[in-house]
Order: sequence, then structure tokens, then C-alpha cells
Amino acid sequence: MERHQLVIVGAGSAGLAAALGAYENGLEDILLIERESEYGGILQQCIHNGFGLHTFNEELSGPAYAERYFDLIKDNECISILYDAAVTKIEGKLLTVQCPQGIRHIEADAIVISTGCRERPAGAIGMKGNRCQGVYTAGTAQKYLNKEGYLVGKKVFILGSGDIGLIMARRMTLEGAKVIGVAELQPYSNGLARNIKQCLEDFDIPLYLSHTVEAVHGSSRLESIALIQVDDKLKKIEGSEQEIECDCLLLSVGLIPENTLIEELGVKIHPRTKGAIVDDRYMTSIEGIFACGNALHVHDLVDYVSQEGKKAGKAAADYVLGMVSEGEEVKNIVSNGVSYMVPQSFHKGRDLEFMFRVSRVYKESYIHIYGNGLDKKIKKLGIVPSEMQKVMLKKDDLKDLQGELHWEVVE
Amino acid sequence: MMMSFIKSFHFIIKLMFDITIIGAGITGSLIAHRLSKLDLKVLVLEKENDVAEGATGANSAMVHSGHDPKPGTLKCRYNLLGNRMYPELCKELQVSYVPIGAYVAAGGEEEEEKLDQLIAQCEERNVPYEVMDGDTARKTEPNLADRITKVLSLPTTGIVTPWEVVFAAMEEAMLNGVEVKLNYEVSSIEKKEDHFVINDEICTKVLINCAGAHCDDITNMLRESPYKVFARKGEYFVLDHLNGTFVNHVIYPTPSAKGKGVLAIPTVHGNVLLGPNSDDCEDVEDDSTGSGLDYIRSEISKTMKNIPYHKMIHTFAGLRPHIDLKDFYIQEDDLIENFIHVAGIESPGLSAAPAIAKDVVENIVLPKFEGYKVKETYNHRKPFINMDKMSDEEKSALIEKDPDFGRIICRCEKISMGQIKDVINRNCGARSIKGVKMRCRPGMGRCQGGFCEPEVLKILAKELHEEKTEVCLDRPGSNVLVAEAKEEL
Repeated sequence: MERHQLVIVGAGSAGLAAALGAYENGLEDILLIERESEYGGILQQCIHNGFGLHTFNEELSGPAYAERYFDLIKDNECISILYDAAVTKIEGKLLTVQCPQGIRHIEADAIVISTGCRERPAGAIGMKGNRCQGVYTAGTAQKYLNKEGYLVGKKVFILGSGDIGLIMARRMTLEGAKVIGVAELQPYSNGLARNIKQCLEDFDIPLYLSHTVEAVHGSSRLESIALIQVDDKLKKIEGSEQEIECDCLLLSVGLIPENTLIEELGVKIHPRTKGAIVDDRYMTSIEGIFACGNALHVHDLVDYVSQEGKKAGKAAADYVLGMVSEGEEVKNIVSNGVSYMVPQSFHKGRDLEFMFRVSRVYKESYIHIYGNGLDKKIKKLGIVPSEMQKVMLKKDDLKDLQGELHWEVVE
Repeated sequence: MMMSFIKSFHFIIKLMFDITIIGAGITGSLIAHRLSKLDLKVLVLEKENDVAEGATGANSAMVHSGHDPKPGTLKCRYNLLGNRMYPELCKELQVSYVPIGAYVAAGGEEEEEKLDQLIAQCEERNVPYEVMDGDTARKTEPNLADRITKVLSLPTTGIVTPWEVVFAAMEEAMLNGVEVKLNYEVSSIEKKEDHFVINDEICTKVLINCAGAHCDDITNMLRESPYKVFARKGEYFVLDHLNGTFVNHVIYPTPSAKGKGVLAIPTVHGNVLLGPNSDDCEDVEDDSTGSGLDYIRSEISKTMKNIPYHKMIHTFAGLRPHIDLKDFYIQEDDLIENFIHVAGIESPGLSAAPAIAKDVVENIVLPKFEGYKVKETYNHRKPFINMDKMSDEEKSALIEKDPDFGRIICRCEKISMGQIKDVINRNCGARSIKGVKMRCRPGMGRCQGGFCEPEVLKILAKELHEEKTEVCLDRPGSNVLVAEAKEEL
């Protein structure tokens, strides 16, 4: 049977970086399995720039960013990529792969899951109204436009101020569509500040905060939407509806980590992140199965995805080579404004980076990190749920800690 | 004068049929399928872009045991017969039928009394059943609500994919000579001495009205309709694949005056439907969702607990073609000879459809034709290629013949390019994104087509030799791509 030291599922930004990390930590036989016929995953349809500022000190387009990583591994004899191949099942460390060459079975000493995420569709938010053409997730519209060269609508309204929605507001405007507005349920934007400025304000596209789309109307194709205002408890305000004519509604209402393969395998999934529960080595609840990137938790910046992928790859290599973390496992407990923490647990004995999100906007606050033997406050200004927070804790910070580590936001 | 004579002569040669069926839903299709076995010239007219639209495309997708309809009704008679016919019919058509069984769940004295009435009906009707207490039922159905104290188990309840039954029936009917016209709206019917003329161009001896929500409109073209159709909307939630981890049987509440209530229904493909509600609506084409979903949430909590709403991937609404006569209306018209009504086919219409088709064909239609013969050779369709049910060796053999079966297009449902091409290149094949979705499921999964729709569109364009901008979501006019980039600048 075909066997590799490490199999990485998905050759997007996380997977490419994981391959590099695993190689750097000593693995000589790494296989990336990619469903598409090219590397890069979703980066290939993100033709706007802004990628790589943290990693390469440059603003690259998505495909260019992917190429930078690909260039680092393409001539490496220890890393190979199997394209047009879909992993349909994982049992233990045995992967079943469907590809034009047939059904292949591949065994691995360790597996990294870097399968990315998917968009939350209209059905998942209980969108009311007719089943007409014209309602698309922003990423699908992006694929039609950037990869195929077609518009899915000429008069566009966007629900959700997530980054893909904002990027698409600009893209569709530049390609000849009229973008009427963007509605956001929350009283604050869910996208990066630079995207609000560059994608909406620069094109005079109005952002309706505390608004949502109540229903879509049309027969064969979308004719109008009902926009409605919500109060501070996100409850719809009756009588505030307004009918807006449009032939296209784009949804940018959230991303969900894609974990079907490992869910079926029995890996524990975190209810908030919808990704695997991992320790500081990015190892899931099943030994030898690692997760990183948007499959683990949805990131804002590709640079962070790559960093995480690389660390997961390195950790997977350590595992394959028999270098395991020692010492007891410490749990992270989140409360009061911290909505989740990755990793969910860790081993002491080295410097560690923690990634988390807050559950609402905080103007002036500090992150309170405490436990038996540790009490630390880190000041944070203007933190919002849409921007991932990072905290580094040094080996020495953690050395006296006994039991669990608690995290909260204090205003 | 001469011109019009030639014109009608022309049509007699080209468009003369023994039997014309209006509507390619479940009843129309199963009638056509039965008739295709005889040497009669049969035409099916469908106003939509595909068969299996309307109520057939949006319902509970289950075959009731026949325990529920009022005694003495056609609904009761046809449901009981239809339930017995389904396993054989699905085998013949090579489509899925799963005898999954159902639980009717009662909590408290009042509901238990209602359940006792159902038990008595089962006894009278020879519907197999078993009665158990709540705790016993929870052993096989652990998510039954804690308040449930008594359960009626109905092992003959089944689940099917209704549109798959229709696709199969129509493919086989067409393979054996039945003609189908899609996107064909009937706007006029004239009764001549011994035939009908539809839209001034189609002549038919017998006319069968299976027009669902539009049965009354069709009838009104010939006479004042003895019934009026009221659309009764039912909304549903669709949960992602749970494959028995949430529910293993169809779960009914005890029935009320409003009907069978809100159900939890596993589907053939491992999803779960929650619904329907029941709302009268004025527009028989109003398939919008919204108002009923809150109701479904509150009702389902009376029978089930631990409902995994986070697995919700879709909502839809179906319209039951309810008529004001409280029962199916299935008979030859009392004034117009050779005009046959198959109207008011609301629940349990899907369950009853095979029995309705048999009765209509054998007892109403065929007595009108003397000396018809059963075709000597009858061609069976090739089933859809279901790779999900294949072993790895079978899959590899298929991929070796055609590598497109190795290219996964729909990641959620694991559907290959080969399967999509297969459902397009059929006599009753997919012509739209929705047509592909209904036949082989890309777009039915958790991403709802977000990833695969652009790929499906390209395959459709290629196989149908259309421009990409011509590909429709479903109806004509629902083109997915409205302009090339920069075209409008």
C-alpha cells in the first residue's frame, strides 16, 4: 500500500505552509492531496491585493501569494502534490482518495487537515422568500466573476459586512454592476477597517448597520428585497421595512470550517469555532491527526493561516519523528467576552501563541489571564469580534501555573 | 377555408394522440408510465422546465402506512393500496425505497386517547402496527421528547425520493414512446365531437387533468370547474446528513384537526426534514418560506429533543393542491366525456399515486380503447449511477472506463463529473442547475452549491452545447450569469 510519513489534505494556504513546516522539521516524504487541478485553494479566486503584508512585507494578490509558497516547495523532492484528488474517507490513518486514476488508498504516519472553510448559505440563516435566481454567497459570485468572467447580477445588494462581501462590492462595481448597499445586522462592521474604507467608502456604497434582509422577492429571478432595521437586541423593528429593487443579493454571512472528513472519524469539534479541538501542537482529539488554517477556525488574514499551517506542519513532523510534548496538559477556560481560544489546551515548557476572538466591541479593555500561579493583564484598545486577537505567553510566564488557565475581557 | 382544412389535416397527422396528460408530477408521470406499456399514443404536457416540479418536488418524501386518512375516503383507499405498491414499483423503476417505519408519539392522556383511535383504525384497515410505552420507544429513538408516554409504531411506513420516482417513470415512459413537451402551458382546450384540441394544435381523444395547483384552471377551459384549488403551503427545514444519529424513523405527533402535524422525517440520502406546517395561501405559485418556520420549531419540540438546528442547511416550501371537496377528486367528468379529473392530490397524494395511476388507467381510460395491445418488448431505463452505493473496486472499474467518474465536482455529496454528465445526457435529462441538483444532488449538501454550481454550469453548457450565459437555474429566464464582466461599462 502507498504510504507516506505525512499526508496533508488540501493544498491551500494552510496546507502549503504545513508541507514547508514539516520539511523544515525533518520529514522526507510529504504528500499534499488537492481536490482542484491547481494549488492555492480559495486564494486563486482572490485577485485583489493585500495578501502577504505580514509575511513578505508586500501587498500581493491571492494567486501571487500562493505562488510564493508554491515556489518554496515546488522543487523539493520530499514534497509532492496529488491534484484532482478528493479524499472521501479517513479511517484511522488510512485515506481513501477518488481521482481520475481510480480509487486510491493511502496510509500515513500523520495527517494534517487543511481543508479550509465554506460559506454559510441562505438556507442556513433561514432566508425567507421565493426560490428565485439571484441569491448567491459572495464567494460563489467571486468565483463566477474572477475565474469565469461573468456577473451574476447588475443591481446588487449585499447582506453581511464580512470581508468577502466588501471585496465583492468593489469588484462588482469595477466590473460594471451597480452595488446599491450593504446591510449588517450588528451595529458594527464585521470586516476589516481597511476594507470598509477601500471597498465601500471610496465607491460611495452605503453601509446599513443594524439592518438585515427580511425577505427576497421574485419569480424566475430576484426582483427586490425587503430591508429591515433591528434594535439593540437584534430584534426586527416592525414598520421599518423598505423594499429595495435589485436583481442580485450577495450573502456574506459567515464562514464555517469544513470538517466533514474528521467529524466522521470522530474528532471532537468545538461548538463555537466549528473546527477541531486542538492542543498547542494543533493535534486534534485523535492522535496523529492535526488541523490548521480555516478548517481549524476562520481567520481574517492569510498570513496568520500560513503561520498556523507552518506550526501545525512542524508539530506533525515532530510527532512522526517521535518527539512528543511532555508534561501535563493545561486547559484554557474562556469567559466574559472571550468567545473562543485556539488552542483549547496546551503543554507548558515553551513560548506559546494564543489566538482568540472577543464577543463584542470593546473600546478600552484588558485581557485578564489568570490561574493558580499566574495573573496577567494585557491592555487592548478598540478590539472587535471581526479581528482575531493574539497573545504570546513566555515559557517563564507559565512555569508556575497549576491547573487551568482562565481568559476574560475586563473593561 | 382551404387553408384551415389543410392546417387541421396537418395536425391530425403530426399531433394526434390517444391520450394527453396535463402535468408531469407524480400522478401524471405514473399514469404515463403505465400507459407506456400499451400500444397507445400518449403525450404529457408540462408547463415547467422539468418534470417533478410543483407539489412533487417539495413534500415530505414519505409513503404513509394508511393509518391516518378518514375512513371511507378515496384518500384512505388509495393510500392503503399505494403503500403496498411502492416497494414493487421502486424495484421496477430502479429507484430507492426504504421501509424505514414510523412512530406516532403521544404524550399525556388526551393525546393517548387520540392514539387509541389511530390504533383502532390500523386494526380495521389491516395496517401492521405495534404499541409501546415511551421508554421502550426511546430505546430505539433516544431523542423522543421526555413527555412522550405512548407510541404507535407503523413498520410499513416508507421513504422515497419523489422526484426520483418521477424521473425514472418518465425516462422509461419516453423510452417506450410517450412524448413529453416541457415549458408547454395549456391556454385553451376545445371539445370537438370525438376529441379535444389543445392550444389549437394538439388533438387528443382522452384528456387527463393532472395539473395539480392548476387543475381548476384547466377544467374551467372546458366547463365551470366543480372544485376550486386552494394552495396550502407547507414549509420545511432540511438538516445536513445525520445518518440516523438524530432520528431513525419518521416521527409523527398525534394528529389534530389541522392534519398530521409537524414531522421529523429521515430522507433516503441521510438528511432529516422537519415540517410541514400548513398555511392556506392565495397564490397557488407562492413557494416563499418564512412565516411557518417558527411554528415548526415550536411544534417539533413536542415530539423531539436535542434537535441539531446547527445542521440546518436549507428551508423550502411546498404547496399542497387542496380542493374544497375534502377528498381527492378522481373521475371522468360528469358532463364531458373522455375528460378525466385527477385533482386535489394533496397529502397522502405521494403515497396514493401508484394506486391512483392504476385505477385511472385500468378502470377509466382503458375501457375507452378497444383492442389495445400490451407492447411485446418493453425497454427499461438505466438507473442513475449511484457511486455512493458502490464498493471501491466498482468505483475504480467505472473510473477506468471514464476518468470523469473520478473527478469529484460536488464535495458535500461526493458527486463526480461523470454522474452529472450522465443525468444531463438522458431522454428526460437535466436541462438546468436545478435539474442536475434534483437528479444527482450537487447543491443539495451543506454548501448548497456554493462551490459546485459554477462547475455544474460549465458542464451543462458543454453537454447541452449552450453558451454559459444561457444556462438557467430552473425556469427559462432564470439565467445564472447575467452579463460578461465589464459588458455594462
